[in-house]
Amino acid sequence: MYAFDIARPTTLDEAKAAIAAGGQALSGGQTLIPTLKARLAMPETLVSLHGIADLKGVSTDSAGRICVKGATVHRAVAEAVADSFPALSYLASRIGDPAVRNRGTIGGSVANNDPSACYPAAVLGCGATICTDRREIAADDYFQGMFTTALEEDEIVTEVKFPVPQAAAYEKFIQPASRFPLVAVFVARFADGVRVAITGASESGVFRWSAAEDALSANFAPDALDGLSVDADGMIGDLHGSKDYRAHLCGVMAKRAVARAV
Amino acid sequence: MPKDSGIGASSKRREDIRFLTGTGKYTDDINIHGQLYVHFLRADVAHAKLNGVDTAEAAAMPGVVRIFTGADFEAVGSIPCGWQITDRHGQPMQEPRHPVLAHGKIRHVGEPVAAVVAETRAQARDAAEAIVLDYDELPAVVDMKAAVAEGATKVHDELTSNLCYDWGFVEENKAATDAAFAAAAHVTTLELVNNRLVANPMEPRVAVGEYDRADDMHTLHTTSQNPHVIRLLMGAFVLGIPEHKLRVVAPDVGGGFGTKIFHYQEEAFCTFAAKALNRPVKWTSTRSEAFMSDAHGRDHVSKIQLALDADNNFTAIRTETYANMGAYLSTFAPSVPTWLHGTLMAGNYKTPLVYVNVKAVFTNTVPVDAYRGAGRPEATYQLERVIDMAARELGVDPVALRRQNYITQFPYATPVAVEYDTGDYNATMDKLTEIADFAGFEARRKESEARGKLRGLGVNSYIEACGIAPSNLVGQLGARAGLYDAATVRVNATGSISVMVGAHSHGQGHETSFPQVISEMIGIPEDQIDIVHGDTSKIPFGMGTYGSRSLAVCGSAMVRAAEKVINKAKRIAAHLLEASEGDIELKDGTFSVAGTDKSVAWGDVTLAAYVPHNYPLTDIEPGLEETAFYDPANFTYPAGAYACEVELDPETGHVKIERFSAADDFGNVINPMIVSGQVHGGIAQGIGQALLENCAYDADGQLISASYMDYAMPRADDLPFYSVDHSCQTPCTHNPLGVKGCGEAGAIGSPPSVVNAVIDAIQSGGMNVAHIDMPLTPHRVWAAMHAARTDAA
Ligand SMILES: Cc1cc2nc3c(=O)[nH]c(=O)nc-3n(C[C@H](O)[C@H](O)[C@H](O)COP(=O)(O)OP(=O)(O)OC[C@H]3O[C@@H](n4cnc5c(N)ncnc54)[C@H](O)[C@@H]3O)c2cc1C
Repeated sequence: MYAFDIARPTTLDEAKAAIAAGGQALSGGQTLIPTLKARLAMPETLVSLHGIADLKGVSTDSAGRICVKGATVHRAVAEAVADSFPALSYLASRIGDPAVRNRGTIGGSVANNDPSACYPAAVLGCGATICTDRREIAADDYFQGMFTTALEEDEIVTEVKFPVPQAAAYEKFIQPASRFPLVAVFVARFADGVRVAITGASESGVFRWSAAEDALSANFAPDALDGLSVDADGMIGDLHGSKDYRAHLCGVMAKRAVARAV
Repeated sequence: MPKDSGIGASSKRREDIRFLTGTGKYTDDINIHGQLYVHFLRADVAHAKLNGVDTAEAAAMPGVVRIFTGADFEAVGSIPCGWQITDRHGQPMQEPRHPVLAHGKIRHVGEPVAAVVAETRAQARDAAEAIVLDYDELPAVVDMKAAVAEGATKVHDELTSNLCYDWGFVEENKAATDAAFAAAAHVTTLELVNNRLVANPMEPRVAVGEYDRADDMHTLHTTSQNPHVIRLLMGAFVLGIPEHKLRVVAPDVGGGFGTKIFHYQEEAFCTFAAKALNRPVKWTSTRSEAFMSDAHGRDHVSKIQLALDADNNFTAIRTETYANMGAYLSTFAPSVPTWLHGTLMAGNYKTPLVYVNVKAVFTNTVPVDAYRGAGRPEATYQLERVIDMAARELGVDPVALRRQNYITQFPYATPVAVEYDTGDYNATMDKLTEIADFAGFEARRKESEARGKLRGLGVNSYIEACGIAPSNLVGQLGARAGLYDAATVRVNATGSISVMVGAHSHGQGHETSFPQVISEMIGIPEDQIDIVHGDTSKIPFGMGTYGSRSLAVCGSAMVRAAEKVINKAKRIAAHLLEASEGDIELKDGTFSVAGTDKSVAWGDVTLAAYVPHNYPLTDIEPGLEETAFYDPANFTYPAGAYACEVELDPETGHVKIERFSAADDFGNVINPMIVSGQVHGGIAQGIGQALLENCAYDADGQLISASYMDYAMPRADDLPFYSVDHSCQTPCTHNPLGVKGCGEAGAIGSPPSVVNAVIDAIQSGGMNVAHIDMPLTPHRVWAAMHAARTDAA
């Protein structure tokens, strides 16, 4: 780790100012701190979002959306939505280990957009809205490939608003070492159709499986996916799984998610 | 009624009070006034010609005291190898120089190239980034078979090739073995990989070097399993420090698993630099450094063949193994694929002919050396996999095939040079049959199948050679050290006892189990006895802890020393009781005269020894302290039978271990709870190897599983609750405690049964898969099933 200064703002405005002045947001630190320890980044100032009360908490808005503030830790989400949105609760409860869930936050996760992160599957699978210190971004416009998002350099994720599906489930097949998803699928059925988002699998990060969405919108049952497959081209191939294996798992996990959701 | 103290009692581990409350004192807890910190700049390429190391800019950076490079160590010895192998043609192995810091050439990712010593750790690390290496990259030698092919790039230019040795064992058996294969009714052939592992002790390595100019005394505090071995190797061979001027201290050590046996460059560096700079120098490995500098384990590529006659009797075994040495010879590396592997290739079976060929190969990878089990897991895995495969090919029950070929008469001289003193392999298999509930398996399989899953049962036997080792024998085999051990029993004036032992406890619970033995012998409470270990200035010259040797070898030395103490105490008691020595009995801490009510307590006798007012000073020296060195007459041979039951998800290839059972024969057991714990830990590592762990290099010699993001360690939920049993006990015939050793059994005995179980599950699903190489990750299992399904279609 290189030496750095730390700012501890208590309001969003203070944080914005510190970040605009060249600071980098530090939320749960579960991704950023290991990066710093490996000396892979050299920020001069870290701006901790931890002390900003306005960035924490889970509520429901007038449209019935579940609104998770940017610096809310995974464990708090898992507990808050256990009844109102069990699939999201389950997802949050399976991220990392207790230490990670007690520190890591939704804002950090969606800002980082690791191609194997869990939250992006729910955000894209629900068609959620990412709110920042300056605008609102639809999930379909937000995720732009591995570690790439629509965020500007100094933009802060303040909240994520999830429309609550009629039925939903998250199926995670873990990479044995990191226990991030090797492939994970979020399936959500809304009145106007089904959305299927897959994380862990693709070289371009989280993506929607449109063929599966069409089939499931017509018939929300596991065997609606029979015969459908994801193209192995563009899948991640590494020590833990070939492109073919990941493509295969997309189908298996999607079916299992549907089976659990119905 | 189970005993509540002494031999056979499950006394609670007294050391756990400090380990579980964070009050252990580890090497990193040692901080000495004025200490400096070293950061090693490590190679990030696997193979390169090193033209120069430019330290000018770095040396001027804040806090930097001095930067060392390979040139500073030209006059210093090579990191020594402790074992010399003689090849099939009578030639010594090729033994390259192993420098403290790379000089002229870089040979593996992680090799230390420069050492920055600074006032703080961060300053040392900052300065290391300013060092400029001038090198020309060379093609990396990674694949072992390619490494020994004609024209391969050489890891060491001064050697004739990358072949360290080509070893045949027993060479005289070769022709007869080949003839037996020619005459066999059935031959089963299996090619397999024993995957490379990273030991991953919880505590990374640490070294603190100290130098006292006033009396020219060096002290090295280090994370070692054997401080005397380090003192000998580093003092005599690397730095030329006489032993009375070198103290090596290994305090609490957070796990070793073999990788802390060896003498490493960082230890030599800190000792050397402490004198050069006249200030203490400390190094604490990061986890990332540990991945690329702790000696790795296993990494064999083998072909094994089993010949059977028409009645399914084993007639011969033939193996050919390529064993990866890495870039340099680590301390015991050459012995692992040879004497710790070839000698076990007969297993539990009366196969009359065995021939083992091993080619040890240099590659541009981290050195490979002993890891829990060392050679014996590799032997067991080959043998127990090929037997299972033969049973499947022949359509016979794998357990029956094993039983039919078990050795049942002891002592038994194997065709691979060792003599098993005792054992009862059918008894452990009987016990296993019961605890693993073989009878209920079919019902459990049906239940799994009803849920769309496949279930498999895998079984294996194992035998290992522990209690290493008779010194004269290992000397003939190339060991450059004796392998006895030593203990001093120091009785204090009021009767309490300190035992100074050569063994080192780094998780094994010696502080609890060793006193149990003394308590049993004398009849005083365990809490009156402490052991002292890990400091060459306090303990006699012992060889340390590895190879499940502590109790069998050092424990035997302790018993011998205690016997001497008791004999002397009886003479003192005879004087105090005015009786003849032959009539004195010691029981429950009291000496009495046989057939009378005259007695004197242990504490009164020990007090007399130190306050010798009424004492036969002309006949007996005062004091009560004795030392014994014990050199074993043979290895010990723990053996047993293991079973694994898995449930396999045919859609994903995910394997879940549902049951794991181990029936071991460790001879006599001092503390059953500690023994169970040792087996539990060993099985966790064996399952880790079988399902999860894989140290992988790419073709350029880059370590691609260099952190826990990619190197999968077993976690609690990867493991089932085990059924372990060690009630089958055939005591060792040649050591005073009748003990065999239990530290490695779990890691040796478990991988084959896991793989056998997965193959059984897959075949039960109608897929023709004969073998999958470890680790059996979901991806590999799925790929094998997928290929079999595609072939069938
Ligand atoms: C052992 C371990 C296991 C894990 N397992 C999983 C898993 O299974 N699934 C999974 O999804 N994740 C996993 N993670 C990652 C974890 O969920 C992280 O918490 C998450 O990815 C990052 O969130 P954070 O709050 O820790 O962000 P930080 O590490 O603090 O920040 C990450 C990045 O986001 C930026 N950032 C942070 N907050 C904001 C914000 N509000 N607005 C804009 N930018 C911001 C930071 O500047 C930084 O670049 C694991 C992590 C660890 C250490």
